[in-house]
Amino acid sequence: MAKHVNITIDGRSFLVEEGKNLVTVAQENGIFIPSLCYFDHIDPPLGTCRTCTCKINGKFGPACTTKATEGLTLEVNTEELKDTRKALVEMMFAEGNHICPSCEKSGNCDLQHMGYELGITHSRFPHLFKDRMIDYNSKRMVMEHNRCIKCLRCVVEVFTDDGKRVFNYQCRGNETYVGVDYEQEARLTHEQAVNAMNICPTGAIIVRGESMAKPFGDRKFDQTSHREDFDEKPKSTRKPGKKTPKVIGTVSLAGCFGCHMSLLDIDTELLDIVQLVSFNKSPFTDFKEFTKRCDIGIIEGGCCNDENVETLRKFRENCDVLVSVGECAIWGGLPSLRNMVPLGECLEEAYLNCVTNEVGSNVVPYDEDLPKLLDRVYACSEIVKIDYNIPGCPPDAQHIWKAVKNILWGEEYSVLYSEFKYD
Amino acid sequence: MKKAQMNAGQNGSEKKDDTLKSDDINTPQNVLSEPPRTQMLNRLWEFQQSKGFISDSDISTLAREYDLSVIEVEGVVSFYHFFHRTPAGKFTIYLNNSMTSELKGFRRMLEAFEHETGAVAGSVDPTGTFGLFLTPCIGLCDQEPAALINFYPFTNLNTLKIRSVITKLKKGVPVSKICDHPDSHIRYTSTKDEGVFFREFNPGDTLLKLSRMGPEGVIDVMRDSKLAGRGGAFYPTWMKWQAAAEEEKKPKVVICNADEGEPGTFKDRVLMNEVPETMIEGMIACGYTIGAEYGFIYLRGEYRWLKAKIDKALDLYREKGFLGRHCGGISGFHFDIRVQMGAGSYVCGEETAMIESLEGKRGEPRTKWFFPVQKGYLQLPTVVNNVETFCAAARVIQMGVKEYTRYGLPKSPGTKLISVSGDCRLPGIYEIEWGMTLKELLDLCEADDPWYIQESGPSGTVLGLEDMNRPIAMFGDMFTQHIRCGGAVTIFNKRRDITQILMNYANFYTSESCGICTPCRAGNFIIQRKLEHLQNGLADADDLEDLRKWSFLIRNTSRCGLGKTANNSLVIALDKFADYFTDHITPSDKVQNRKFDLESATHEYESYKD
Repeated sequence: MAKHVNITIDGRSFLVEEGKNLVTVAQENGIFIPSLCYFDHIDPPLGTCRTCTCKINGKFGPACTTKATEGLTLEVNTEELKDTRKALVEMMFAEGNHICPSCEKSGNCDLQHMGYELGITHSRFPHLFKDRMIDYNSKRMVMEHNRCIKCLRCVVEVFTDDGKRVFNYQCRGNETYVGVDYEQEARLTHEQAVNAMNICPTGAIIVRGESMAKPFGDRKFDQTSHREDFDEKPKSTRKPGKKTPKVIGTVSLAGCFGCHMSLLDIDTELLDIVQLVSFNKSPFTDFKEFTKRCDIGIIEGGCCNDENVETLRKFRENCDVLVSVGECAIWGGLPSLRNMVPLGECLEEAYLNCVTNEVGSNVVPYDEDLPKLLDRVYACSEIVKIDYNIPGCPPDAQHIWKAVKNILWGEEYSVLYSEFKYD
Repeated sequence: MKKAQMNAGQNGSEKKDDTLKSDDINTPQNVLSEPPRTQMLNRLWEFQQSKGFISDSDISTLAREYDLSVIEVEGVVSFYHFFHRTPAGKFTIYLNNSMTSELKGFRRMLEAFEHETGAVAGSVDPTGTFGLFLTPCIGLCDQEPAALINFYPFTNLNTLKIRSVITKLKKGVPVSKICDHPDSHIRYTSTKDEGVFFREFNPGDTLLKLSRMGPEGVIDVMRDSKLAGRGGAFYPTWMKWQAAAEEEKKPKVVICNADEGEPGTFKDRVLMNEVPETMIEGMIACGYTIGAEYGFIYLRGEYRWLKAKIDKALDLYREKGFLGRHCGGISGFHFDIRVQMGAGSYVCGEETAMIESLEGKRGEPRTKWFFPVQKGYLQLPTVVNNVETFCAAARVIQMGVKEYTRYGLPKSPGTKLISVSGDCRLPGIYEIEWGMTLKELLDLCEADDPWYIQESGPSGTVLGLEDMNRPIAMFGDMFTQHIRCGGAVTIFNKRRDITQILMNYANFYTSESCGICTPCRAGNFIIQRKLEHLQNGLADADDLEDLRKWSFLIRNTSRCGLGKTANNSLVIALDKFADYFTDHITPSDKVQNRKFDLESATHEYESYKD
């Protein structure tokens, strides 16, 4: 029988098997340590994603590659550590090009799930928008490099029957990617290929014809969660008190007006809203200019041209508080898909080389009266200071209204998991 | 000695030994049962050197030989930046783009090379004659600007010299005829007697003493001399050797870390150029102490021009019987050494990454699940030490502890080699006694108006005028805040731009990260983007705070030393040179508008106006 040792996790003592890694040890004792690369049968553990970072005997370290030893002290759920782990997952979202709404793995994705579980509303890091390719060359698989978090799982787990690797890291530094060996891939059995897709914690490995096999409701993370709402309560600078009427400004920049439509979905609470707030510059009122100072400005969409930038700056000048609503405002969202491609190429594809062009009309439009396109789509926070972010595509109406009430009148609220989870 | 005899027995070749030539027995294939894959880097070098690139068929050949998939071989090739998949020119030029090079006119040199060769940086000219590539520090910071052409060094470049070199190459003069032979620039050795590292040394000086001392004796001497890892981590050498000696698994391995990649460091280059014998004897002493069978010198690709010299020294040792069977006349102690060339990767200086690289893999650091002394090269007990550590170990044995400890401080005995470069009149190697203050060192090298001093390279720390009186030492006392110097001091004067320095380092780490862990791969990339923002004058106070917080995040969560130390300089510079940064950011005004350069953002679109 294995030797047992005493360790302390977050101040509680446990008797655990010696030499076992700390992620498993914590799990066995009902303490959740997030991890993305960790797989219980890979020994020794990979230690690539670092989302299991804890404090081990007072020092930062990964729980998955540390063994339980006598007298070890492990800190898991301190504010600092929770924020550190959250930051690492945010970093993955900032580094890759993760467009969840168009991803086959959505709902089955470990990374997406981890984002929800950790209550990530937005990435504190600027999105890097690195130009990455999608590799369609293999017979059965598609390798979507935009989604890969380089966890190494497929590299060490997927082998052909005669023990050859199918995946391997290529290059290094920020150029690192997981390459596929087309010859070996063709030799995998169908089951092995599907297994490769399933062990991928994101939607980077897709087996053609298998990706959408599970209907909504049956996907891995459709129901699972160990939480109903989020511990992190939004802080308000105001004390709850009498609701005095407020003025709101709203705008849709490089967005689809979907967030505005969502706001209208609020049903009966619209009556409340009408009594409590008045809209100044907003598509709802069709005021083109600010006529008075606003308490809050709601921004939908990022900035794709110079007019967006000017409008956003005017909002900053005329509103006390600015809130980015929806993904496009927070980091660029759908319009920012063009950020992975140089502007010139986008324009040439759209206006010059496009097959549906009318004869003789192949010119890139340019006029003094047209807004000038920026080199890429910018998040609002890159141009002005944004005070709050409300994520979602679009965010739930209740969610927006609750957040706004919290900001304006200090009303307490919690975001329900069901309101926060969009897919 | 019993241990050593047992080793030989365990190899199962004891009987055959006597009938074979000693050369045949002491190959690592025999002694360590190395799998063929460990030859991967050597084979790739052969292809690269003979054709100037590695073709698809070369890769398939290796994959077949080693029974690997093609993608795995490609993964190794693409990891090392001296391996090319397309022809890299008959003459492959690597121009150094490190910070010291930037100070000494990197831009002009690049222009000159581009003009003379017709190749654009990162590519080959249309005729396929010249390939022009950029590479981080090549260990010649005392004679920048410098470049490697077909791995031969060319130092103290200027536009005229570049023109004449390229003209000669075009005329067909061999590179080896016109290359430089870099000066060692030993500017200072300790005032007491002859110093430690460069005193007289005759091959075999320490070998006779070894058998008298016995393995325990060597460990005692190392302990008494307080020798600690000179790569910069300062882990006590005796503890490492003892741990390895106590490991029961056989055979054991000694690795000499000659992958001196830290920008600004070139002390190992000088040691290997001047006294390779001490390095070899240090390794033999280690091998004897721990009962090892084989040693490797992992020499960085940039130092290929030193390989012949080291090989010659090794041959001499073999001839004299100081390497091989019953090495140095110690019966039962069989030990040999070979040089392994690296192929351009900073992270391979990390000991576990180096071991992976020796095994013919990508140089990705291992997790800390095992230490190399437990499971290192081929899962065998392995000691990895820096060149300077081995040289010092040999000197301690040669001089005796008493003589050695006359130098330096009681807590930090001995001397330390410091590579000094940057804004000073006398760049080069300074063998200082531990305890010398920074000011004394800067006076010796005649520093020009020092303002920002990078110590131990980008992964070390930043020193300013307030640190002038701090002593350089391994271990300080309670009252002085000592500077623990890994071997490099790079001086920048007041006219230098700190953001430019930090940006150079950020670019370096972004491309040199091995890419295996998220914080280092993505984090350094993010820091680089943020510094670009600062360089373009678009940052505000919040951005500086972000830089600080994110640097800590990367430090706390990275897998190996590279990520943990990558942003040391940045964080310290933000504190030490706070005034500089306040001057270089946009003050947040009352509407909190961030500065955003609308003009440059619309610049590209403006080109469609016609």
